[in-house]
Amino acid sequence: MTAGLAAVPADEGLFSWPDEPRLIGGNCGACGTTTFPSQLSCPRCTGTDIRPVPLATTGRLWTWTVQAFEPKPPYRADAPFEPYGVGYVELAAQDGSGAVLVESRLTEANPDRLEIGAEMTLTFVPVYRDDAGNQVVTFAFAPEQTAAQ
Amino acid sequence: MGSGSGNVAIAGIGIHPFGRHQAMTGRAQGAYAVRQALADAGIGWADVQCAFGGSVAAGGADTLVSELGLTGLPFINVHNGCGTGGSALAMAERAIRSGDHDIAIAVGFDKHPPGAFNADPEASGLGRWYGETGLMLTTQFFAMKIQRYMHEFGISAGTLAKVAAKAYRNGAANPNAWRRQPLSEEEIAAAPMISHPLTKYMFCSPGEGAVALVLVRADHAPRYPAPPVYLKAVSFRTREFGSFEVFSPWLAPARAEGPTTKAARAAFESAGLGPADVDVVQLQDTESGAEIMHMAETGFCKDGEQEMLIESGATQIGGTMPVNTDGGCLANGEPIGASGLRQVYESVLQLRGAAGQRQVPGQPRVAFTHVYGAPGISCCTVLTK
Repeated sequence: MTAGLAAVPADEGLFSWPDEPRLIGGNCGACGTTTFPSQLSCPRCTGTDIRPVPLATTGRLWTWTVQAFEPKPPYRADAPFEPYGVGYVELAAQDGSGAVLVESRLTEANPDRLEIGAEMTLTFVPVYRDDAGNQVVTFAFAPEQTAAQ
Repeated sequence: MGSGSGNVAIAGIGIHPFGRHQAMTGRAQGAYAVRQALADAGIGWADVQCAFGGSVAAGGADTLVSELGLTGLPFINVHNGCGTGGSALAMAERAIRSGDHDIAIAVGFDKHPPGAFNADPEASGLGRWYGETGLMLTTQFFAMKIQRYMHEFGISAGTLAKVAAKAYRNGAANPNAWRRQPLSEEEIAAAPMISHPLTKYMFCSPGEGAVALVLVRADHAPRYPAPPVYLKAVSFRTREFGSFEVFSPWLAPARAEGPTTKAARAAFESAGLGPADVDVVQLQDTESGAEIMHMAETGFCKDGEQEMLIESGATQIGGTMPVNTDGGCLANGEPIGASGLRQVYESVLQLRGAAGQRQVPGQPRVAFTHVYGAPGISCCTVLTK
């Protein structure tokens, strides 16, 4: 990210930012279901007692693919298109309440280095510059060995 | 939504060829299909008492009256995503079964620009970020669903290629199909990867086309020229908590049955028939993996049995459970509003014994159709002769 310009989240409410960034889910007080992002009522029991809950920063890859062509709008990007990984990562809520499978971009786009069941770690990637020139970032997951490098 | 009284027959079918038709609007293709269906039933537009129809991207179906005739009939627009055609059919079926009308039309048509669909997140109740950051693609969903399925049930990449090769082979025998060039399994497997593990030739493309069906009271069916085909059941379901569906920023950790399983079971129960009774099957094959997974979800086999069934040729024309005899979405493309009705069109042809080069042998008596799509909907029908 270019120094001097602010990095801003792709959407308010997806993750805490910029200190100790964590994905923020919604946990239902009635049935314990966790959603991501949070929503006003629970899709399982229809309850409305929803509280924000930070999600774990590591979890296992449940499934994955590689986006090999540039999507049409509303997809936004500044850099020339490079294929990117997409997957669902199983994350526990940090306080031990219900787990949730979160759909996310992956930092790895090589099929040989993606494996169901692999340990993944939360990170953040630049996606585009907004109209004010801010660098917009979104969440992504990296395979454990890449994240450690 | 579901029914099973078997009080409705299909007396006429019409289709505008699927593919790309630069000079023709989607509406014009819809009107063409209606005229074909009316001619097949031996009636005129003035005889039609009510109509249900829709397109997702090609305009309001009710405006077809300006071309077909301003007869004053009630014409209800249906705009229900990938379930548009199936919903129109379900409502037309009810209009007859209720006794309100004797003759109804269901019509679906569409015309999409080339390339993958670009869905609007906000129209689906999702944040704009979901589209802006590159997560809102149907292709990703299907790839991730089959990726997980292959991992759990031992389906090989070679089987994905076999499904696509069958589709293009069947499409070559269908004069109304878009893709009519057979492709080898090797060519399909070696094509550029669109969304791993699926290559370019394993995906259907958004396209153009139209289908219309004339529905009548079953006891009136003998009055019409074509051999009658009965719509024994039509069932429509949406997703329940825990199913793995397209455009899901998150999933519950435990899987539940999806709308396909629920709709198929409801259709079979309504019809008083089961998968073993079915002679010819049309399944949603947005891509090769979808056909494989839907074989199990609709009850035609158990999870994992597809590898052996497909290897043995069971799903080919002439096999024990012929699937997508007209080439499916892979060979016909997907004009969303028309797709589900195309499956019923093909089923009627097969039950009439009029499917020509691609006719399933042995005089099939029972057909099944299945549509699946965004945002987690499915419509299934059971038809008999």
